[in-house]
Amino acid sequence: MNDFDWGVIARSWPFLAEGMALSALLVVVSTAGGILLGLGLALMRRSDHAFIAGPATVYVTVMRSVPLILVLFWFYFLVPLVIGRPVGALASALVAFVLFEAAFYCEIIRAGINSVRAGQTEAALATGMRRSQVMRLIIMPQGLRAMTPLLFNQVIIVFQDTSLVYVVALRDFMTTASVVASRDGRPTEMYTLVAVVYLAICFSLSKAIELYGKGRAR
Amino acid sequence: MIVLNDIHKSYGRTQVLRGCTAAVKLGEVVVVCGPSGSGKSTLIKCVNGLVPIDRGSITVDGVSVTDKHTDLPALRAQIGMVFQNFELYPHMTALQNVSLAQIHVLKRSRAEADARSEQLLARVGLSSKLSSRPDQLSGGQQQRVSIARALSMDPKAMLFDEPTSALDPEMVNEVLEVMQALALDGMTMMVVTHEMGFAQRVAERVLFMDGGEILEDSPKSQFFANPSTERARQFLTKVLSH
Ligand SMILES: Nc1ncnc2c1ncn2[C@@H]1O[C@H](COP(=O)(O)OP(=O)(O)OP(=O)(O)O)[C@@H](O)[C@H]1O
Ligand SMILES: [Mg+2]
Repeated sequence: MNDFDWGVIARSWPFLAEGMALSALLVVVSTAGGILLGLGLALMRRSDHAFIAGPATVYVTVMRSVPLILVLFWFYFLVPLVIGRPVGALASALVAFVLFEAAFYCEIIRAGINSVRAGQTEAALATGMRRSQVMRLIIMPQGLRAMTPLLFNQVIIVFQDTSLVYVVALRDFMTTASVVASRDGRPTEMYTLVAVVYLAICFSLSKAIELYGKGRAR
Repeated sequence: MIVLNDIHKSYGRTQVLRGCTAAVKLGEVVVVCGPSGSGKSTLIKCVNGLVPIDRGSITVDGVSVTDKHTDLPALRAQIGMVFQNFELYPHMTALQNVSLAQIHVLKRSRAEADARSEQLLARVGLSSKLSSRPDQLSGGQQQRVSIARALSMDPKAMLFDEPTSALDPEMVNEVLEVMQALALDGMTMMVVTHEMGFAQRVAERVLFMDGGEILEDSPKSQFFANPSTERARQFLTKVLSH
């Protein structure tokens, strides 16, 4: 155990890179899709009509109270039963991530919108703007500033959550690393690598949030 | 110009307006005063439909505010409004604040809108502040920008809700002067304020509210010399004594 063999990383690199690519794909798709769908949900929840706001509220509450792993299972095992044909692991994982994260992005976006004083809406309405214009021109630009750090945070969380896709037999970065670890008997090296990579990515994202905050303060 | 007829409004169980009837004629300046919580802000926000009412009717220049078929945004575009806390858009410059609704509501080109905004900001004495952001301006300057913003829609009437209450004393006059000039130009104005000096100089009539009712609606000379209710008398002694 004394002699480390860091060469294992280089030898298994193509395999590890595949895992990394899957993690990246999941993060990008669930962030983009989640924010879009989350925005839709947030606008629905703000509606005065109960039949618009209600379903969105139920959806968000359900998604936020079940574990992601369960949602992954649902899509992998249940959806094929319902539609009568297999969906495929990657497709079901992507859909599950988007639908799950949307609930969280919805709440972040809602908090951002609510952080803008009601007087801003009144003032803009008083000039004759329509509600959609007020949202686009006045509320969103101000709310975005409040929500950006939280959005970054959520990206970090998603990145960490991608390791869960092993339950549908997909291999993200974490999974590929542990496969190599047990196959080559090099757990120390591989898990050190995983830790360093996660640390580097999360650290740079946190740093980005911090810099963004500083930029705002000026 | 503005006609309010038997307005009732409750928030939950609290009745805030109990049958308010009043009118502001073309070119007239009417001051609304009364103790805190008497419903002045609520009343003035009914005029452009920012606060929906439970009962009664409101018309502005003959157009019903309460009718479901009225295009409220179009109606609001013709009524300028100035708020106690200015409510300038913090992410825009003074010029952009004044141009925004011209571009998006009146569909003026940006160049046209900016030219008009420059004129208006000059009129309120802020030619040198076109590219300042609200947080770089004093309270008095912010309120003058917000008056320019309201004027940018070429409104038929202007509503003011305690435009000087949030200001340091030394900035009150610069705002009142702008308002006085507007009144002299013949603007129809409904002004919630405790500035009795302004009322005495500029207003034609004074409305006194208490407990959601309009207790007095008198020509200003009569209101100041001889208020008809005891509560108005008490209110006047209080605000005039300092
Ligand atoms: N959105 C609201 N929800 C519930 N109650 C409200 C709301 N807005 C106002 N009120 C209540 O209505 C009453 C009248 O409020 P309003 O703001 O019209 O008074 P005001 O005369 O403008 O007072 P001030 O001089 O303090 O501005 C108050 O008791 C207030 O608490
Ligand atoms: Mg008020």
